[in-house]
Amino acid sequence: MANIEIDAPGTSQLLIGNEAIARGALEAGIGFAAAYPGTPSSEILGSLAQVAKKIGIYAEWSINEMVAIEAAAGASFAGIRALAAMKQNGVNVVSDFLANLVMTGTGKGGLVLVSCDDPSAISSSNEQDTRPAAKWLDIPLVEPGDFQEAKDMTKWLFDLAEEMGTICMLRSVTRIAHARGNVRLGELPNKPRKAHFEQVHDLRNVMPTTFIPIPSPFRHLLLHIKLDKAREKFESSPFNRYVGPDKPELMIITSGSCWLYSQDAVEALKLKDRVGILKLGTLWPLPERFVIEHMSKSDKVLFVEEIDPFIEGNVVELAGNFPPNAARPVFYGKRSGQINAYGELNPDMVIKAIANILGLTYQPRDIDYSKKAEAAAKSNVPDRTMTFCAGCPHRATFWSIKNALKLDGRDGFVTGDIGCYSMALGPAGFFQVRTMHCMGGGAGVANGLGKLGQFGFDQPVIAVVGDSTFYHATIPALINGIYNQSKFILVILDNSATAMTGFQPHPGTGITAMGEPTKVVSMEALCRSLGAHVEVCDPFDLKATTNTLLKMMTEDGGAKVAIMRRSCELVRIKKEKPPYKVHIDIDKCIGEACGCDRLCTRIFLCPGLVWDKKAGKSKIDEVICSGCGVCVDICPQGAIIREAA
Amino acid sequence: MTKKQLTKDPLNLIITGVGGQGNVMISLIIGNALVRDGFLVTIGETYGASQRGGPVMSHMRISQNTQYSPFIPDGCADIILGMEPVETLRMLGKYGNPNVITIINPRPIYSIDVTGGHSQYPELDKLIETIKELSCQTWLINATEEAQKMGSHMFANAILIGALTGSGVLPLDKKSVEPILRETFPKEIETNLLAFNKGLKLVKS
Repeated sequence: MANIEIDAPGTSQLLIGNEAIARGALEAGIGFAAAYPGTPSSEILGSLAQVAKKIGIYAEWSINEMVAIEAAAGASFAGIRALAAMKQNGVNVVSDFLANLVMTGTGKGGLVLVSCDDPSAISSSNEQDTRPAAKWLDIPLVEPGDFQEAKDMTKWLFDLAEEMGTICMLRSVTRIAHARGNVRLGELPNKPRKAHFEQVHDLRNVMPTTFIPIPSPFRHLLLHIKLDKAREKFESSPFNRYVGPDKPELMIITSGSCWLYSQDAVEALKLKDRVGILKLGTLWPLPERFVIEHMSKSDKVLFVEEIDPFIEGNVVELAGNFPPNAARPVFYGKRSGQINAYGELNPDMVIKAIANILGLTYQPRDIDYSKKAEAAAKSNVPDRTMTFCAGCPHRATFWSIKNALKLDGRDGFVTGDIGCYSMALGPAGFFQVRTMHCMGGGAGVANGLGKLGQFGFDQPVIAVVGDSTFYHATIPALINGIYNQSKFILVILDNSATAMTGFQPHPGTGITAMGEPTKVVSMEALCRSLGAHVEVCDPFDLKATTNTLLKMMTEDGGAKVAIMRRSCELVRIKKEKPPYKVHIDIDKCIGEACGCDRLCTRIFLCPGLVWDKKAGKSKIDEVICSGCGVCVDICPQGAIIREAA
Repeated sequence: MTKKQLTKDPLNLIITGVGGQGNVMISLIIGNALVRDGFLVTIGETYGASQRGGPVMSHMRISQNTQYSPFIPDGCADIILGMEPVETLRMLGKYGNPNVITIINPRPIYSIDVTGGHSQYPELDKLIETIKELSCQTWLINATEEAQKMGSHMFANAILIGALTGSGVLPLDKKSVEPILRETFPKEIETNLLAFNKGLKLVKS
């Protein structure tokens, strides 16, 4: 990660959108930041935590998004500027708190929520658009269109949030959050604020000094007045602008990374003198006068946005209030089918939409070349399915789960959750996972399944969660399973890190976001204190792990816990040398003649093991193999050899 | 500082490989060197889920005056740095054109689909031939092999950065890249510099 506290105003740095947001927060004089890791949002808190100690702010990885936003609100109530960052799913988690926070208002410290959405769900379970949440929760919403704006907007949003006395939301998407671009730095403030929760003890004068959402209708009215004020500011915001001819044949209305795609598309089609782009940075409340003024320039309007028709819906709603005989443009977008209402967009999709509306053709490369290149790629490029890394303890765990379920023979299955181990739904985890929803969802689903005995259900149910997911959202489901005696095994994949999102620490690791040692919240002590039968396994010991799981499946009683403890291999290799040097004994490996159906390369599928077609034997790819040595125990011929490295 | 001129604006570079190879690191080093030399650079990367053995690509747009989007439009790549050969061909299929320049490390990384027998990895010689046919110019850099001679395959990235710099296709030279390498690899800088210089040399021979 880039160093975001570099004191060099005016210099240009190459930052990802998330680092730019973090820098903007620093330039705004933020004092408190909290988040739960989630792609594509994690680097916001990550980069703040890295510099927190040095510049005297506080940053934490909270146990989940709900606690993150509540903690940040606490800081705001005491006059400290605060930020909470999360991925789109997190906004669902915090919505209950937000629905009340908008009623109470925030404190003297501006409070900003950053939501990083993931169109196409590149690193997510869904591609939810969080912008509508700002509308139904009455929260002022902005969206940066590039990296510079990500910084500048964040800084400005703290001023707005403080002035309005309400939480403000910045929405980003993967292609801003995780893309890199130039950011010219501004000044860093050096006057820390003093935190104090101001109290007025004359409670008859209660309104401005407590954070209680009653009387609700009156608070709701006040909130609407705040939003009207925000709308008025948005009408003249420099983050909204029009670039194009005075009377364009087509007007694109866009925001976020789609603004960049729209510019690329207009340039590729050489239409700068025919197509105009109205770029919105402040999305809710909609700056209506500004939109109407520019929209009236053209009789064709195309909405380019990800993912829901949010701007489109709001503008069409606005046009619905035009006088009956007023001119209305023809609207193109998701409703008319020119732009997909699912998946992320890119410049080519916008090119296609514009070309379709204006009746143009577009051919970026020579047609013969195109055919040849596409055919060559199609017939030669093999699939490359994602998998667990070489040496990943999850592969070993799912191997044991698979074998234990098979040995048990009652058609047992796995309910899954969110993390690297979600990949177990595919070949990486031998297709063991049958359900996947939200954080903690697998254990919740298992609670229901585990109570179906009276209806003849006797299949073993294994709910699999990661260590960070366990702390985040699984503990209530486990308590429920013990209290209501639901029959399932909770398998916790404890790899000592929030691996999928970049190895962030969590309550089980004994280290804070700012690198300070802290108390370890022991998952086994916690589970035992709840009355659960707990086993701790080393997933690399395939035999013992399989036997433990098999035994637990046949035991009576409510929810049980099996902890699979092994460090994430990507974390381990940074600290230690490989434990083993692994090679194939080519005399012992008899390939297809073995009868094992090439267990190692066809079933176990560690990428460190490859098939030497010419020799007809397995082979170790020394560039990939991390030397964990687990594959030695799966080979029926004993042909895989590990020697201490 | 006198800015070197771009041969084309925007200049579109793709760095492609397999998750875990260090794709993001290369784009970061090249990108930082260009930003320090006064260019506007946008980099779009696939990472997160794609890092676990999946195909990974970085799109880099280099311009004197515009902050371009993080996606290169189809058929519009100018240079492809291929850390792995079939991934290079995957990119040519979508982003290649008769003027594209390719720099490739020919060391295959087999996917689980290939080892599992569900997909075929093409014969290497034919694959390289196809890449050459679809490129205006191709440099073959045996980066993994050379890196292993230096003690670890991990040095392949510095070799490729050297080759990309030395090829002259980017407005970059040794002087711009070396300081960034020093900042990025403070611990193993000596070997990384050796590898970088090896790449500079290999691309010229």
